[in-house]
Amino acid sequence: MNPMNSSNNSGGCGSEAVDPGRRDVLKFLAVGAAMASGAACDLEGFFRKSFRELSPADVRRMVTGWERKYSRKYGKTVTVSETGPMAGVKFGYGLDLSRCVGCRRCVYACVEENNQSRKEPQIQWIRVLEMDKVHGIDLNHSDIYYDAAEVPRPGKFYMPIQCQQCDDPPCVKTCPVGATWKEKDGIVVIDYDWCIGCRCCMSACPYGARHFNWAEPSLPAEEMNPKTHVLGNRPRPKGVVEKCTFCIQRTREGMYPACVEICPVGARKFGNLLDPESEIRQAMDTKRVFVLKEELATHPSFFYFYAT
Amino acid sequence: MAAALVMTLSGAGAQGAHTPPPQVVKFQKQEKLVEAKAPPLTEGIFPCTQCHNEKVNGKLNTARRELQFHDDIQSEFHHDSENRWCLDCHDAKNRDVLHLTSGAAVTFTESYKLCGQCHGDKYRDWKRGVHGKRIGHWSGEKTYFLCVNCHNPHSPKFKPIKPLPPPTRPSEMKR
Ligand code: SF4
Ligand code: SF4
Repeated sequence: MNPMNSSNNSGGCGSEAVDPGRRDVLKFLAVGAAMASGAACDLEGFFRKSFRELSPADVRRMVTGWERKYSRKYGKTVTVSETGPMAGVKFGYGLDLSRCVGCRRCVYACVEENNQSRKEPQIQWIRVLEMDKVHGIDLNHSDIYYDAAEVPRPGKFYMPIQCQQCDDPPCVKTCPVGATWKEKDGIVVIDYDWCIGCRCCMSACPYGARHFNWAEPSLPAEEMNPKTHVLGNRPRPKGVVEKCTFCIQRTREGMYPACVEICPVGARKFGNLLDPESEIRQAMDTKRVFVLKEELATHPSFFYFYAT
Repeated sequence: MAAALVMTLSGAGAQGAHTPPPQVVKFQKQEKLVEAKAPPLTEGIFPCTQCHNEKVNGKLNTARRELQFHDDIQSEFHHDSENRWCLDCHDAKNRDVLHLTSGAAVTFTESYKLCGQCHGDKYRDWKRGVHGKRIGHWSGEKTYFLCVNCHNPHSPKFKPIKPLPPPTRPSEMKR
């Protein structure tokens, strides 16, 4: 049976379908390798159940272990939160294309907040696309490598893209081992210990939102953000996929994502889609709004709008 | 200007002695909205009535003219400069406040009321949280920036800024 199809039913919110095959196959194949490489401290993680099968007590125990390990590794007190979704909250994000100037402040605020690998591999969850005003939104003729003394450049406009937290996420449907799923508040998360690094999700995502740790991530200890979440910005191992989580470690504590706070032109809006008074709902209710690649029916929770 | 923009956005530095404590207003719902501190006026310049009084300045001259003092502001002034000048916003009789078109006085910390007279659509969007920027908690206490935290009232259009570096191309990465 094709694994791509076999997990098609795991797309729903809070779906429990977890493919058990991963353990059987991989346990057998990789135990030797894991032992040989001296990764003894990760063995417990390797043999544990899938995140969604763990009891709260198990999660706490696991998280405490990571806190100890990371604190030792980075030489500071690292916390790993396991805060779950809030009742009555479905997150939504708004980006005002009439404001964005393409300054990339959001890109680097995100890298710092979310402990992305700085170089080799360089991982950036936000990409800012430069496009021609005369052509409108045309992804085929966009440029993410633009450099300039000053932005916005004449005749250009800018469109940041990050994970759209789709309500019908192709990445989740395609994952053969159920290592990625959609939470009740709408955030699509990845269990870094369950991901086998096959990168099916990367090819399934129509937004290029997923990134792969081709090598051991480079994260200087002094730059490491010690406030982490188990499904978010905790340090990732080599060989797993990662992506934007709407700053799960911040937003589940009620705070704005880092990109919202850094944007110098106030182009970024965030809030609870179920609250008609929230900024995101106010933007959606009063402005011209669209979602990217609507025709693919991924149903993003990320909305682009024009305030003017 | 990049520096100036970043500076004004980062909480606007020291609070001038004239600035009342941040106002806490509640509109819309049960969230606490805290006003950002207005950016400080040039050091030593407030109260304006130190100089702008009859003892120092003689008789009040409201004629539009080239200024001897504040010429720096006049030279950068770019806010419908053809039709407007200082006293359209600054109050001639009491230079320590601004005034609305109605003549009603407005303190420097409430200048958004003045801005809102012409920019009504922005004012409306700003109150909803659609225009401008808020930081803190999406679900609770948040600080909202005032018009003058981001826009220089004398030259409100954003100046271009230097972008941060582009990503590394795959071809430039080590294999
Ligand atoms: S920080 Fe704001 S203006 Fe700058 S690129 Fe990001 S969204 Fe656009
Ligand atoms: S944007 Fe891509 S990674 Fe994010 S939920 Fe949608 S398909 Fe998945």
